[in-house]
Amino acid sequence: MAHSDPPSSDTGFRPIPPQPPPVTVVGPVRWVRDNLLSSPLNIALTALGLYLLWLVVPPLIDWGILTADFVGSSRDDCTSGGACWVFIATRLDFFVYGFYPDAERWRVDVMFAMLAGFLVPQFLPGVSARVRKWLGIFGLTVYPVISGVLLLGGVFGLEAVETGKWGGLMLTLVLSYVGIVAALPIGILLALGRRSHMPIIRTICVLFIELWRGVPLISVLFMASVMLPLFLPEGVNFDKLLRALIGIVMFQSAYMAEVIRGGLQGLPKGQYEAASALGLGYWRATGLIILPQALKMVIPGIVNTFIALFKDTTLVLIIGLFDILGTVQASIVDPAWGRVAIEGYIFAAFCFWVFCFGMSRYSQGLEKKLHTGH
Amino acid sequence: MKRIAAALATGVATLALSSTAALADETLDAVTERGELVCGVSTGLPGFSNPDDSGNWTGIDVDVCRAVAAAVLGDADAVKFVPLTAKERFTALQSGEIDVLSRNTTWTLTRDTSLGLNFTGTNYYDGQGFLVKKDLGVTSATELDGASVCIQSGTTTELNLADYFRFQGMEYSPVVFDTSDQTVQGFASGRCDVLTSDQSQLYALRTKLDNPDSAVVLPEVISKEPLGPVVRQGDDQWFNIVKWTLFAQINAEELGITSENLDEMMESDNPSIKRLVGTEGDMGEKLGLSSDWAAKIVAQVGNYGEMFERNVGMDTPLQIERGLNALWTNGGIQYAPPIR
Repeated sequence: MAHSDPPSSDTGFRPIPPQPPPVTVVGPVRWVRDNLLSSPLNIALTALGLYLLWLVVPPLIDWGILTADFVGSSRDDCTSGGACWVFIATRLDFFVYGFYPDAERWRVDVMFAMLAGFLVPQFLPGVSARVRKWLGIFGLTVYPVISGVLLLGGVFGLEAVETGKWGGLMLTLVLSYVGIVAALPIGILLALGRRSHMPIIRTICVLFIELWRGVPLISVLFMASVMLPLFLPEGVNFDKLLRALIGIVMFQSAYMAEVIRGGLQGLPKGQYEAASALGLGYWRATGLIILPQALKMVIPGIVNTFIALFKDTTLVLIIGLFDILGTVQASIVDPAWGRVAIEGYIFAAFCFWVFCFGMSRYSQGLEKKLHTGH
Repeated sequence: MKRIAAALATGVATLALSSTAALADETLDAVTERGELVCGVSTGLPGFSNPDDSGNWTGIDVDVCRAVAAAVLGDADAVKFVPLTAKERFTALQSGEIDVLSRNTTWTLTRDTSLGLNFTGTNYYDGQGFLVKKDLGVTSATELDGASVCIQSGTTTELNLADYFRFQGMEYSPVVFDTSDQTVQGFASGRCDVLTSDQSQLYALRTKLDNPDSAVVLPEVISKEPLGPVVRQGDDQWFNIVKWTLFAQINAEELGITSENLDEMMESDNPSIKRLVGTEGDMGEKLGLSSDWAAKIVAQVGNYGEMFERNVGMDTPLQIERGLNALWTNGGIQYAPPIR
């Protein structure tokens, strides 16, 4: 045999197979020791935390799932003592569509479907950047127009549905989407205007921003719905929803402008000078060099404003528009149901959380993608 | 900026609703031309105006609107409901955004004289009352000395309560909550012995208790809250129409005309009935309406009693007795001038 014999077991060298590290220094045990049990104080706090969880979570699960009622059609089906989700299920159509006529609700569904159609791919890893970009452009330009036509009707053989019948989740989305899509460009223009060297434009922009930032949204909405009709000539009225929308857009664009101005000011002066040195004019320098960098810097601030805007839309409650919270509040007082306020508010909170969390995740993804490491 | 301004202006122009053309003296014409009555209601008050499971407006205030629409347009469903908050309601009417305000609005001298508006009648006599737990053994509000009282903050109920207890020489400790839901929660969990609010709302709040039968509404009423529809001043024809719509419903109940027996009643020989259903005389024409205006109201909405029972009566979760709202012939104060 060409090879020598393997060393015999009791004489030759044989490495001991590596031992796994002691269980106390790796993995979950280590993590627990480091984070939960590292000192007597931490042990006490952990115990307290577990106790509180024990106090809160099991009854919550019991109430919300185990003893809850899910199927049925009226208060009589809620007998088990837990949450009455039957109430949410029965009223779901109202929470989603408001007073939108039954026969026309497919139009709202189409709007939702399109929204999902261009939003969901933005989160999926397998979609190419080009597709995402075009879907994004569709969402910002064509989509609002199509949705507006679809929801309002009155053309192409669609029955007209007045905005007074809009409500629920659909109204919340309309308000916040229009707010977001309109507030960003107006905000950019205002921010640029505020940094402009032309005194008139600068003064106008400063006045606009400071005026709208200086008043609470609730008073803007209130002015739009209570005071404005008194100033208009008798018999001239314009749509309550439109009034609210304009108020929200003006208000949020002022905030947006200040967020973006932060980005513009955060940009090193060299970038402006380099752009000028390349011989670029104002608009090209701004569009190609300044804005892309400035906007990227303030993505968290922009999304923060969007999320605030989304939640602020509930303020339309005070002018009698039924957004999703409005429909919930109008429903929980219904004497045909027992005490269902908690279920209603949990549902509304869940809807808001889904959208706000989605926006937040999207912005984090965007930041990562655009991070170029300087 | 210019382009944006132009775009916004176009948006305003396309989205803006056509003018409601609600000038004085022309409300009837405007409503007829529009083919739709625009009616202001509350944003959700059980029994008065509240969206049901499928999002349709129901309630006694809503039925007032439907009755006016039936009288004017012949179709009780030709109503556009505009939900209004308490602060908006008068502006919406003054500015012509709505034709009628039917939103549990208390008729007071100040409102009647200073707002440029007219109250057309009372479709519900309400008043502030007390809800107590049965096991407290209290049968009258005069026994409430030293009680703790749950109230909703910022409402006139707070002032009425203070007045009442001071006048009676009794002590009480207020427990103030922000919303009606919290108030009833406080009452249910025993934070207070008594809950006070408008009586109609006490019944609605009682349904939110785990065991609604464990609480009773005391008979005392400590304030007068006549609730009724409101119209703009200066259009007497429209004022008459809304006023007589309610009177027609009350008269119909008094004469025993219901939505079910209307067809028989059309054949009746009783001259009062004939005048009401329009088989004799020209009562409708005097209002500027068709002669069968009241028949349409009764057929589509019902008489006052039907309207009451359907929305707040004993067969509904609210279980409100007629009380003051019974006809004058039955011990209440609902009384309508004759149609003659």
